[in-house]
Order: sequence, then C-alpha cells, then structure tokens
Amino acid sequence: MYAIVKKRNLADQITEYVVQAPLVARAAQAGQFAVIRLHERGERIPLTLADWDPDCGTITLVVQAVGKTTMEMEERFHGGDSLADVVGPLGEPSEIEDYGTVVCVAGGVGIAPIYPVARALKEAGNEVICIAGARTRGLLFWLDRLAQVCDELIVTTDDGSHGRKGLVTEPLKELLEKERVARAWAIGPAIMMKFCSLACQEAGVPIIVSLNPIMVDGTGMCGACRVEVDGRVRFACVDGPEFRGDQVNWDLLMARLAAFKEEERCALEQFKAALEEATA
Amino acid sequence: MIRKTRVPMREQAPAVRIHNFQEVPLGYTPEEAIEEAKRCLRCQKAPCIGGCPVEIDIPRFIAHIADGDFRVAIRVIKEANTLPAVCGRVCPQETQCEGLCTLGKKFEPVAIGRLERFAADWEREQGMEMPPVGAPTGFRVAVVGSGPAGLACAVDLRRSGHAVTMFEALHEPGGVLMYGIPEFRLPKDIVRAEIATLQAMGVELVTNAVVGKTFTVDELLADGYQAVFVGTGAGLPRFLGIPGESLIGVYSANEFLTRVNLMRAYRFPEYDTPIRVGRRVAVVGGGNVAMDAARTALRLGAEEVLVLYRRTEAEMPARREEIRHAKEEDIEFHFLVNPVRFLGEHGELSAVECVRMELGPPDESGRRRPIPIEGSEFVITIDTAVIAIGNQPHPLVPRTTPGLAVTRWGTIQADEDGTTSREGVFAGGDIVTGAATVISAMGAGKKAAAAIDRYLREKGA
Repeated sequence: MYAIVKKRNLADQITEYVVQAPLVARAAQAGQFAVIRLHERGERIPLTLADWDPDCGTITLVVQAVGKTTMEMEERFHGGDSLADVVGPLGEPSEIEDYGTVVCVAGGVGIAPIYPVARALKEAGNEVICIAGARTRGLLFWLDRLAQVCDELIVTTDDGSHGRKGLVTEPLKELLEKERVARAWAIGPAIMMKFCSLACQEAGVPIIVSLNPIMVDGTGMCGACRVEVDGRVRFACVDGPEFRGDQVNWDLLMARLAAFKEEERCALEQFKAALEEATA
Repeated sequence: MIRKTRVPMREQAPAVRIHNFQEVPLGYTPEEAIEEAKRCLRCQKAPCIGGCPVEIDIPRFIAHIADGDFRVAIRVIKEANTLPAVCGRVCPQETQCEGLCTLGKKFEPVAIGRLERFAADWEREQGMEMPPVGAPTGFRVAVVGSGPAGLACAVDLRRSGHAVTMFEALHEPGGVLMYGIPEFRLPKDIVRAEIATLQAMGVELVTNAVVGKTFTVDELLADGYQAVFVGTGAGLPRFLGIPGESLIGVYSANEFLTRVNLMRAYRFPEYDTPIRVGRRVAVVGGGNVAMDAARTALRLGAEEVLVLYRRTEAEMPARREEIRHAKEEDIEFHFLVNPVRFLGEHGELSAVECVRMELGPPDESGRRRPIPIEGSEFVITIDTAVIAIGNQPHPLVPRTTPGLAVTRWGTIQADEDGTTSREGVFAGGDIVTGAATVISAMGAGKKAAAAIDRYLREKGA
C-alpha cells in the first residue's frame, strides 16, 4: 500500500497528492510517469510525475478530477489513506541537454508535469522561458514554483482574469519570432499540444510533447497506447511518453482518447449518483 | 478388459457456458479418476515421462490414484511440478505426455492431464501441503517475473534453502496465468492458491516492480542478491502492420485479455476497467490465445465471433480441446484467410478486408507457408477485431543490462540450464525461447534453479 502523506487543493478540481513510493522516487527522472490503482476494483491510470523526493521516499502527483477514477480519488482518498498500487517510474526520461534557450509551454493541469522538465533543463544550463496557460484564474497553480525554475514566466488565461488574455500559442509565436529558441516542450491537452507543434514547425524549431493516450499496463504489454509518430506506430508507454510534436498524428490520438467515452460517462454518472445517495 | 475410450469429463453445456465466465470442464469425481487411472498400462519404459518437460513420474502418480491414495499421488506430482492444478488445465498434453502414451497407439491415450488436475484439485479441497524448505544457505536470489518460469524457479530455489525475492511488474503475481489465460479456462483463485503456497514457503513477493525501470538487474546484484533469474516472458504484442490497425475497435489480444482477466472488465462498472465488444467480432490467429480471445468475446455478448486463420485447421497451434470448445460454442472458423487492411468510419472499425491464401512448400517452422491468392480480396463487416498472432520477448531487461547477450530476435541468449553471458544472471522461459507454453517455461525455470543452486554452492565454497 502507498500512503498519501499530504493532500492539498491547488485549483478548481485540481489536487496535489504526495504519496509514499520510495522505489519510484529513487529512480524518477523528468518526463517519466507512474501508473496508479486506487483499490482492488480500480483501473490502472497513468499520471506524469510532477515531483519526487528520494530522501523522503515520496512522489507528487497532480490530478484533475475529470472521470470516475480521478473524481473518486478526490472525494474518497485523503491524507493518511493509501493507494492500492503505484508503479514506476515508467517511460523514457526527457532528453535533457544544454540546448541554449528553451521554451516550456504548459496548458491547464500540464503545469504540473512541465515543472520537473523545466527544472531539469534549467539545471542543465539552459535559459528557460515558461508559458503557463489556463481557461481562467481559478485553474492556475504552482506559478511560484515554476517561476523558481525558469528565467521568465509568461502567464495567460483565455478570459484575461490573470496574466495575458489569450491562448498559450500567442506568446509562443512571439518568442519563436524574436528569440533564438533551440527547442520547445509542450504539455497539456492534445489540442493545445497540436497547435504549439504547428507553431514550432512553422518556425523550424524542434518541439517535444508528452502524450497521454489510454493505457492499461503501462509497460509495453497491451498496445492500447499506440500512437502514430512519423508514420510509425509507437507505444507511448515504452517509446514515449515524449515524442517530436511535429511528427505526431494528432487526429488519431484524439480519436483514440475517446475510445471508451460511453463507458466512461456511464461510470462517472453511476459514481456521482452513489455520492449523492451517500450525502443525502 | 481395458476401456478403449477415456472416462469423459463433465463440462458446462455450450448454451449455458457462453453466458458466464465459469470454468468449462468440471473435473473428475474420485470414482471417475480411479476408473480412468486403471486404464494406465504401467509400462516399464514409460514413454509419457519423456514427453513431460518437467518429467513427472506419471505411471507412479497414476498408480496411486488407481489405489485411491490421492495424497501420495499429488506428492509424486509435486516432486517435479509445483503448479499441477495449472498444468492439468493448460498443458498441450496431446503433443506431450499423452501423445507418447502406449495405450494411445491402439485406443485413446490415458487422460494424464485430467488425472493431474484431479489430484491437484483434490489436494486444494483437502488442504494444501507445503513442500519442504531446505536449511538456510545464506544466499539471496532475485527472481524477475512471476509467471510460470519464475514461479517454478522460485519454488526449487526455496526448496534448496536459498532466500528468494520474486519481482512482478503488475499489481498481481502470476504473469500470463493472471493476465492472459481466461477465468473459464484457468480460474484465478487456483493461481492465487498456488502463489499463496509459495509465500507460505517463504518466497518474498514484490509487486509493482518493473525491473529495468524501477531498478536494474545490476542494482539487484549490487544490493545483496548473489544471483538473478530473468523470466520476463514474451509480453510484447505483435500487430499485423496493416492499414487501419489503430482504429478504435482493434485490440491486441494482450489488451483484450488483460482488460478482462487481470482487470475484470467483464464485471464493469463494478470494476472500473471498461471493455467494448461489438456484435460481430473477428479474431486473427490460430493459437490458444486466439481461442481464448474468441471465446471471451462471445461471453462479453458478441453475437457472432469469427476466427480468421491464414493456414488450415491442421496447422493450428491451439490445443485440440480449445478448438473443440470453440466450435461447440459456435465460433465460426475461416481458414486460409488473412487480413490486408481494416476499414473504418469516423475513426471506428467497420470492416476488414481479407485475402484468400493457399499453402505452399513448408517454411522454417515446418508448416506449409501460406501464400496470398492475388485478386481474391473480400470484405467482412465487423465492429471489433482482436489481433492474436503472437508475442515478442519483453525488451526491458535485455536493454537495461549491459553485457547480457541477446539474439537477433531479442531473446536472451542462454544455455539449456539458463546460464547467460553475464555471471550470476540466469534466464528461462519465453524470454529465452520466444513465445511457447506454460510447461516449457516451468521446465526452464526448474533447470535454471538447479544451475543457480550449483553456481551458488561453488561460489560459496
């Protein structure tokens, strides 16, 4: 069992969990993920590592409650409770080098997984510019942490309630025009990563994205997470999760993300009904 | 007078069993087992033993069943085989022990597998006897992978008195026995009971440990393990590599079966992992995994299940019993047919285009090579497809263990006894041979355990 040491609300429906998982914490590197399972009837879900502390033996996961499992985690798993399973670190680490000037773009809950990547790039000597965007102010978090690992932090909201009004792609395009950007990273919703990739492709700048397809085992056994990169089928769990954004078949990724939409809706509705019954 | 035919085993009727996940064959009663055991000729030469990868003393255990002494019978089996309840159910006996049975030359061979299963089930009901554990040697061995090879290796190492830690990547031990083989062919409680015996013997079990990620083989060796056994299996699914294979509705057999077996998707939404099965399902392949996938699809509510196989029934690698079960369940077999592309609408699978095949001269496997007949393409309407054309060795350990020699197929190079190019590192099972059977992996695990025991004693002396 993997004890939740700390649970903290970060933003609307976004929660930070610090979890005892010493073996994962000891080996973790930027860009990798863990697979967790809440309980004996639970599904296995992949979550990119947001932070880790080998000395304390803990990892940090930032979870947005969007489906049945993440909502159950939010409602029923608190500090002192335990997760049934945590396995990792999985996937290949980010390729960290001193590239020069790099831009790290985060959309929504993607702020959490971009943090260790930005930190590693900064430690490697890069000049790191971060762009963090969300729909509205209430969905932003960890801006102070991000600011500590970059040279410049640009914040955007769709509604202008914090920072610049607009999408993350706007400051990205400006930076690509005026700075000598050696490489970019983008982590967030598929559609946001797709448009960041298009912008970088136009500017001739390599961009790395972290893909989040549906997974079961997360160790290369099932192939549920297959994505098409540069015309080849790859498994996000073992070949990724990071790939060159300009080579990803985004339409296929987005279609496959919806493979169990109906089942997911049914499970979520049942869970919400059970919650209401319990509180009534 | 010897019975010419074997004592039949009662089974769930096809019309009933296609609606549940309970086991299909129901096992022998003690009376039935004794009657079947009496058919054994007790040949001096016992050719059956030579057909068994773990060399169970078959005539001896069967003689004890014939005498009604079931406790001794199971002890005899367990001298050689730690997982008899599993092997009695999933071994391809017709090509192994039963294939060499003397009685089989004139009549039906003795039902050795069914008798093995009977003895194991009898013991589980009566209370399992723990195999004796040797005096502590002070050596520690890491067993990587808890499938058939790892389980067999761990038991024998423990019997020799070594401290054993078994590492499993998934959340439950058992490997393919848990994620691959369906409940209706191998109830998971049986696997759990076998693993509980191992733990009672003192084998330490660490789940959620992906060797090659969580830590490496070299870290294990530096961490106080004097030897490592790698039994990580052939867990990587093979796809056809044809257009449309990433459409929604196309599964690898591994994904399809893992969702259902390990994650219990057949009980969704009580269990959280979903599975989607359409009305018309095509399973591609002709092995046991293809049969498992087809029969699973039926139980998940598919109206029609088709098996597409590029050779003919005679070349099918599946056990005869599985083919018979599938046919009884009205699974449709299409032989000499191979998919060339999947067709979709709005990203979802809607049909498969196939080409007809004919058999040419034998290939390297000794089976006649299937050759496409030009211009014979045709389309089958389906909404789910499961690709069951085999698995590849898992690359994680070879990739992260410097100096560990691998073949060009990605399997670990190992001698007959599991010795690899790295001192203290042994390997066996599908990671060495490529995808094979449960029992051959167990045989390799046992041989490696003996080699590890020798290695440690020589090293310690």
